[in-house]
Amino acid sequence: MSERMSNAIDVRNAVKRYGDFTALKRISLTIKDNEFFTLLGPSGCGKTTLLRMIAGFEDVTEGEILLYGDEIEKLPPHQRPVNTVFQNYALFPHMTILENVAFGLEMRGKSKSEARTRAGEMLELVQLSQFAARKPSQLSGGQQQRVALARALAPQPKVLLLDEPLSALDLKLRKAMQLELKHLQRETGITFIFVTHDQEEALTMSDRIAVMSAGEMQQLGSPTEIYEQPRNMFVADFIGETNLLEVSVDQVMNGRAVCHLGGGHALTCNSVEGINVGAKVHMSVRPERLFTTDVPVEGEALKGRVVENIFVGTDISTIVDLAEGPQFIVRTSNSERGNKRIFEPGSEIFVNMELGAGRLLVD
Amino acid sequence: MAAGAASGGSATTDTYKEARNWLLLPSWAVLGIFVLAPVCMMLVYSFLTKEFRGGVIWEPSLAAYDQFFFDRGLFGDEPAKIEWTYITIFWRSIWQAGAATLLSLVIGFPTAYFIATRPERVRPFWVFLITIPYWVNLLIRTVSMKFLLRDQGPLNDFLIGTGLIDSPIHIVNTNFAVQLGLFYSYLPFMVLPIYAAVERYNFSLSEAAADLYAPKWVTLRRIVLPAIKPGVIAGCILVFVPSMGSFLAPDLLGGAKNFMIGSLIEEQFKGNAGNWPFGAAASMILLTMVLIILLIFARQQSKAENGGS
Repeated sequence: MSERMSNAIDVRNAVKRYGDFTALKRISLTIKDNEFFTLLGPSGCGKTTLLRMIAGFEDVTEGEILLYGDEIEKLPPHQRPVNTVFQNYALFPHMTILENVAFGLEMRGKSKSEARTRAGEMLELVQLSQFAARKPSQLSGGQQQRVALARALAPQPKVLLLDEPLSALDLKLRKAMQLELKHLQRETGITFIFVTHDQEEALTMSDRIAVMSAGEMQQLGSPTEIYEQPRNMFVADFIGETNLLEVSVDQVMNGRAVCHLGGGHALTCNSVEGINVGAKVHMSVRPERLFTTDVPVEGEALKGRVVENIFVGTDISTIVDLAEGPQFIVRTSNSERGNKRIFEPGSEIFVNMELGAGRLLVD
Repeated sequence: MAAGAASGGSATTDTYKEARNWLLLPSWAVLGIFVLAPVCMMLVYSFLTKEFRGGVIWEPSLAAYDQFFFDRGLFGDEPAKIEWTYITIFWRSIWQAGAATLLSLVIGFPTAYFIATRPERVRPFWVFLITIPYWVNLLIRTVSMKFLLRDQGPLNDFLIGTGLIDSPIHIVNTNFAVQLGLFYSYLPFMVLPIYAAVERYNFSLSEAAADLYAPKWVTLRRIVLPAIKPGVIAGCILVFVPSMGSFLAPDLLGGAKNFMIGSLIEEQFKGNAGNWPFGAAASMILLTMVLIILLIFARQQSKAENGGS
């Protein structure tokens, strides 16, 4: 019972250096039991390094990693009760699918017949029973991916590590696998740590996300928090699409701030900790929280001219040249086309912000 | 020409095929002149009668093969018994070549593995080091080896000097000396194919095995070895085959008692004392043996590959 309550993974002040290069700059984070946790960031941000440190493929230069309270950072990989789904799957080419899945079970001391029975069950779970006798090269990418998943789940690891496992699949398959992974995680109750550079994937699947950049953690929170309340420029820019405005802060009160643009136009928006009066900072506003009108709906509406309307399936993106600022993207959902007007390029219009849509960012 | 093939009309395709046959002619010529013709000549010679000053008389005879397998007494008038002399030499050759191959594998495998796991830009340097001794003639190298190993040679001097032994170890003129000589002659043929196989090996498979609780040696045995087996087999064949027919190392390092099939064949063609048909017959028997051994290798290889599916 006490184990259930404790954290799956505790990373404490973990540092990774390669010679002069610091790949991870003192990261601390806690991953809860039974959580779908995602490490998200651009390539080279250190997310894979952190995952490989948990798996045991990279030494920890400084700091500790705890697995359900036990220090594991000095154990070799084969003594850590975690399993990995590799980016290139790393299936053993000379073994059949069944032998691949049974390998980890045999290594944990299960008898050959026991291991095969359990491997067969795992293949059923990922719906590949009919391919048990085939070699990996005879399977498609999506099928290989599911074998890799079954192989890693078979020994019932305490934590499953997934290193960009969906990146080689096409869009449709990737979407299907995202749901399947989420499903498997709920069904097995195993903690998943998922590494990806795809923010949409992270938002879709995760309970919590750690956004990383340049070896540092930028923000940790639920998908909604990360999307709605980005803490800094990097997170706002990396997660989803956003509009950025340079503003000067005039007043800060109760989490709200009044600021003005270069030309003096005043705006009210949400503030975050660390923003002081007089500071020049950026304001972020998501495109879907803006709408265009021919007369200003609210007092702070920004004047502009429509440059182009781009049809992107579910929505229409309108690019607007602001009179007092850069270009803005306004997104109108296709289902709302009845209520909201789409203006022809060249039209003089106003861009209105929904209440609380604007948000100040620390740099 | 590629354009002609791509345009695809049946006339152009035929022209292309014809051209291809002509272009392959040099390869066929080389194979014919340097491989097929000499082997056919040996085959024919082995069925001819010997001329006493060397050479052959063009008269069909099975005498050479008869001499290899049967003993009919000094004057050839006694009832035939099995002649063990040459079969023993043959058996010793297989045994010695096998031991040399094993020795090359034991030393060559870690060497190749070491080179293949160095950073990519220093690998050519290590390969270069392996090949340096082979710039020197094989005869010179084998003679040097004899000097190195003999009773008053540097190796024994060193061992006595360090106090490890009191009297020199006799290495020269033993089976072991021959194995050592063969090992030294053909080591690169073991190292290079294994190196190529290990270099192509996907090391994330080793990580996957470790991740699935396999200790290092289990990973080596169950994941690494099966993946690089073709390289290991190629290396073994490339060392075993020339070792079987080698005569320099057995002659120089083995002495008269450790005679191998290569030396036997060499003697039949040297000077005036030889027996060409007998030498040719021994060659054909050697060739047959090697082919049978390779066939067994290939059979097992394909069986292992098809076994799973």
